[in-house]
Amino acid sequence: MNQTELADVSALGFEKEIAALQQQITELERGALREDKDFSGEIRVMREQYISLLKKTYSELSPWQVVQVSRHPQRPLAKDYIEMIAKNFTELHGDRRFGDDPAIIGGLAKIGTEKVMLITQHKGRDTKEKLKQNFGMPVPEGYRKALRLMKMAEKFNIPIVTLIDTPGAYPGIGSEERGVAEAIAVNLREMSLLEVPVVCVVIGEGGSGGALGIAVGDKIAVMQYAYYSVISPEGCASILWRTGEAAPEAAEALQLTGERLKELGVIDDVIEEPLGGAHRNPSEMGHNLEQYVVKTLRSLKRRKVENLVNDRYKSWRAKGKYTEGK
Amino acid sequence: MAETQTPDGPYDASALSGPTNNGRKKDMPNGLWMKCPSCDEMLYRKVVADNDEVCPKCQQHFRTTGRQRVAQLVDEGTFEELFTEIQPSDPLNFHWQGKKYSDRLAAEQKKTGNTEALICGRAYIKGRRVALAAMAGDFLMGSMGSVLGEKLARTVELATDEMLPLIVVCISGGARMHEGALSLMQMAKTSAALARYDRAGGLYVALLTDPTTGGTTASFAMLGDVIIAEPKALIGFAGPRVIANTIKAELPEGFQRAEFLQTKGFVDLIVHRHELRSELAKLIDFTMPA
Repeated sequence: MNQTELADVSALGFEKEIAALQQQITELERGALREDKDFSGEIRVMREQYISLLKKTYSELSPWQVVQVSRHPQRPLAKDYIEMIAKNFTELHGDRRFGDDPAIIGGLAKIGTEKVMLITQHKGRDTKEKLKQNFGMPVPEGYRKALRLMKMAEKFNIPIVTLIDTPGAYPGIGSEERGVAEAIAVNLREMSLLEVPVVCVVIGEGGSGGALGIAVGDKIAVMQYAYYSVISPEGCASILWRTGEAAPEAAEALQLTGERLKELGVIDDVIEEPLGGAHRNPSEMGHNLEQYVVKTLRSLKRRKVENLVNDRYKSWRAKGKYTEGK
Repeated sequence: MAETQTPDGPYDASALSGPTNNGRKKDMPNGLWMKCPSCDEMLYRKVVADNDEVCPKCQQHFRTTGRQRVAQLVDEGTFEELFTEIQPSDPLNFHWQGKKYSDRLAAEQKKTGNTEALICGRAYIKGRRVALAAMAGDFLMGSMGSVLGEKLARTVELATDEMLPLIVVCISGGARMHEGALSLMQMAKTSAALARYDRAGGLYVALLTDPTTGGTTASFAMLGDVIIAEPKALIGFAGPRVIANTIKAELPEGFQRAEFLQTKGFVDLIVHRHELRSELAKLIDFTMPA
């Protein structure tokens, strides 16, 4: 029995049964301690029930439930992964033009055996940090900083890893005035030509153009309970259903989960999450992420640069579904 | 939750101060007359049509269809349309409230006579051979889906292979949500094609017309060597209503209009529709003379 499977996590709406069982187990364990009694038999049975219920629930999550897990308040954020797997992280600030966007954190690091330029979107944990991070919604300076760091990585032949977690680029006056659309567009163009391996992982929310702006690479992965979409389910619902309350239906219609996106050829890989989601066992998730990044980078680094860049073009060129009749 | 995408939905008539549907009103069924939504002048429709859909009095630029746009730009009879065999599908089997994307596509095709929201091919502009792609705002609000991305990427590749100047006319509500993330990917796909064209030394002119928003702006619309806008065109990433809702404040006068973008440094030229052809010819002669 892994201790973290009983991690003290707040329950989502669809996890009431799981939470109740978890509380019963905790109470029984406390009771056993307090009254010096042996409930180990009962506890074992309940833990087995708990595990099987967790497995069952998480094997049949609806797309909307996946979105909820991706936004779970205790889900590991970019900074958690930096702490867990980015050794000697040296943060580099600013776009050298206007400012430093805290929503995008980037710098040099070592992941496993691999030296990388790590570029991440960080949403912030508590209210104070969320405000500082602008809830992970980058402004133009964030995208320009990201590109500056990517060009620097290219200069020193260091592969690039990006971690994506944003509801979208910030829709504000300053953001528009300073050309957030131009900043994203230039990143899309320039990332397609980078002469170093680029691995992009959606760790939580892959919110439309704001996510794509740092997500053009050789391999695109989405964590098992993360999502990647052209528009948030709420936004889609409010436009087509005329009410944000239809978000569950919109999430279903948008087919925004990793598994489905892989079938559609939008992404390359899905990174498995611990039982019950990354928030129930952040260190296992960190380990899975590290394994994926190291394995993928090792294979990409073997490629000749011109093949790497040509194959990247081919893979992006192939995205999209249409018919070609006469 | 803040939305950064503005797919075909948000741009209903009330969201825009400019004219919609070429300024036609429902109470003028025969379309013989129209009232300019900008200066209130009663205008004879035919006069407006002959004036490239520009108000003869106040010079307000009305929206055009994709076909009208091509006709306005190219030398008569020189447009060689390409890639029409690329047709939309409904990869997500997308449906909502009893409505189906596939039905919507069929209806838009019937309404516009186009297969999709992009018309592209080779043409001549004042005798200069070009690759031209014009978005069709009349087709699902010029939203960008898989077909638009594929046709545009092929046009860019054609321009690269034949070293033709490339003109892309933008009018778009953003990415098309009915194709989910597949639509989003078209931003990167088209930008990657433009990267190669750029490195090959081609001249890319992006012409931004009212409205150019969302994923279209955040990809090929902003990548022109020269970015031209029509007067007063709405150009932005997030829609004005989304921004107003996010910041909970009124937007400044003229925000996200062509003139505003020019003062902020994101538009090279604001050009009257009547002058577009000669402006394009001039730019081509400077950079890619035949």
